[in-house]
This record gives sequence, structure tokens and C-alpha cells, in this order.
Amino acid sequence: MGSDPFVIAGRELRSRLIVGTGKYPSFQVMREAHEASGADMVTVAVRRVDLKARGPENLLDHIDKSIFILPNTAACYTADDAVRTARLGREAGLSHWVKLEVIGDEKTLYPDIEGLLAATRALVREGFVVLPYTTDDVVAAKKLEDAGAAAVMPLGAPIGSGLGIQNRISILLIKEAVRVPVIVDAGVGTASDATVAMELGADGVLMNTAIALAKEPVRMAGAMRKAVEAGRDAFLAGRIPRKMYATASSPLEGVIGR
Amino acid sequence: MSAPGGIQVTVNGESLLLPAGSTVADVLQQLSLDTRRVAVEVNLQVLPRAEHSAHRLDDGDQLEVVTFVGGGAC
Repeated sequence: MGSDPFVIAGRELRSRLIVGTGKYPSFQVMREAHEASGADMVTVAVRRVDLKARGPENLLDHIDKSIFILPNTAACYTADDAVRTARLGREAGLSHWVKLEVIGDEKTLYPDIEGLLAATRALVREGFVVLPYTTDDVVAAKKLEDAGAAAVMPLGAPIGSGLGIQNRISILLIKEAVRVPVIVDAGVGTASDATVAMELGADGVLMNTAIALAKEPVRMAGAMRKAVEAGRDAFLAGRIPRKMYATASSPLEGVIGR
Repeated sequence: MSAPGGIQVTVNGESLLLPAGSTVADVLQQLSLDTRRVAVEVNLQVLPRAEHSAHRLDDGDQLEVVTFVGGGAC
């Protein structure tokens, strides 16, 4: 098997699975799940320091030093807020990478594509490596690539829904249309969903809830690692065509009694 | 509404009274915050960490102090 590097904006990642840091039952479980997932990139949110109830523990103390930290702009509803948050994330983490979210609707948490494009353009001008969370819309993906996005991250289904890849054709079309990496972000519920995304040709998968809220997050993290690897291998190996009727896999000659 | 001889600033939406001439580093120290783990915005502009101890605050300044917390999306 040849090498199959996963490169975003010149940075090579060991794992095609990118995970989150939210909703875990404890920092200890998160750390163990990160290790089991094999991920070498995790995403974190940027929030106001709580001046009244500040615990002694800091999230960053519980992320392995070898893992690349990708700040996100989760819960931003305007391009301006997303740009401000990205700048603060860069200052806090000294990374000029950002998982860009501009949300347009509270119920579905669907991205606001107009705001997303505006924020992508602004941040690319400032030298950021921008990874936008977007809809599974090929036109939006192409516009984001044109705006300078380093990858596009279409949703498989709404954030936290666990519904799996709802429109496989959309993911295929996006993969066909853009040259930057395509990372399916959101919607994965279980291991087979991650495999489907990878079998469709996605370059990577980003997930949080499916691992963090599983009954056994560490075990699920390991399952996701294998699922992503299996899906990637199956994609590269090339699946057989689908056929309507059976085709025997044993020789037809020499059957007894004929 | 500044105190006599002092200034009033807003940090993450909360009012804070400070001696005149206070810097951003003074505010972080007063709040017991680890400067390596936070980012500070003064009046909507990010203030680089290297400037925390030199940047003197004015009465009415609006500060945002943020850090990283767990999250995946939204």
C-alpha cells in the first residue's frame, strides 16, 4: 500500500479523524478518548472567562501536547463576531488556523452561507488558514474554495443530530468539484456513518457528540478510528459495481450430480 | 462615573474599579488570570500579549477576556 498523506494547507496530519473537546463526562475521559481516536487535531471553542466561577482546571492542561489545537468560532451568528472570535483564538493559542462557523438558524444550526463567505474572505486576507463549516451544497463549497478556504467542511446532517450522511450525492458532488480537502463535519452518529463519509471519498471526518455522548466514549473513539481507516481503505481499494442479480463466486464446473 | 482618582472599566460585561494608570496586566493579575491562557480585546481590538503590561486603560474601556473551552461545533 502506498503512502496516503492527509495534508491541509501544507500541514500533514497522521489521522483523518478530527475530534472535539466538548460534552465529555470529564477531562480524564476526554483525554483517554482523544488517545483512542488517534486524532492529532482537536477543535476547541473560544469563550469569555467566567470571572465569578472559575475552576482551577484549564481545558488545555488536558490536551496532549502533540495534538494540534484548532480554535473554532462556534455559536457566532454574524461574520463580524466570527472574525473577532478567530482573532482572539489566534491570540490565545498562537495558531492562525480556525474552524469557521457562522450560524444562521438556532433550530438547525445550519450555516449562514453569506456570512460564512464574508468571514472567510476577511480572515484569509488576514493570513488565517480557514476551515469553514458549511452546508452540503456544491455551489457554496466552490465559492468558499474561491474565497481562499483551505478545506471545506460540509455537514453530513445537523450538528449533534447523529443522523448520519443524509445526502451522499451532495458529498460526492462537492468532492468532485473542489480541489481543497473535504472534511465531513457534523451528523455522524455511529461508526458506520464515518465509514460512509470516507467511502464517498471525503478526505477526513470531524466529530464531537458521537464520541463524547456515547455510553462509553473511549470505546466509541476507538471504533471511530477504525471506521475512518476502514472507509478510507475501502475508498482507495475501489468497490465493486452494484449489480441487480447474483454472480456466483465459486466455479460452475465440476458440481456433483450434474 | 469614575471613582475619585480611579477609572471604571468593563470586563466581560462586569464593572471593575481600578486605580488610574492601571494596565491590562494589572487587571489580569487582579482577576488571578494566567496570561498565557487568555486573550484580551480592548474596545473590540485584540491586544497582543506582549503589550499587556504597557497598555494603560482609560475610563470606560471595554475589555473582553477569553479562553479556550470544550467544544466541537456550536
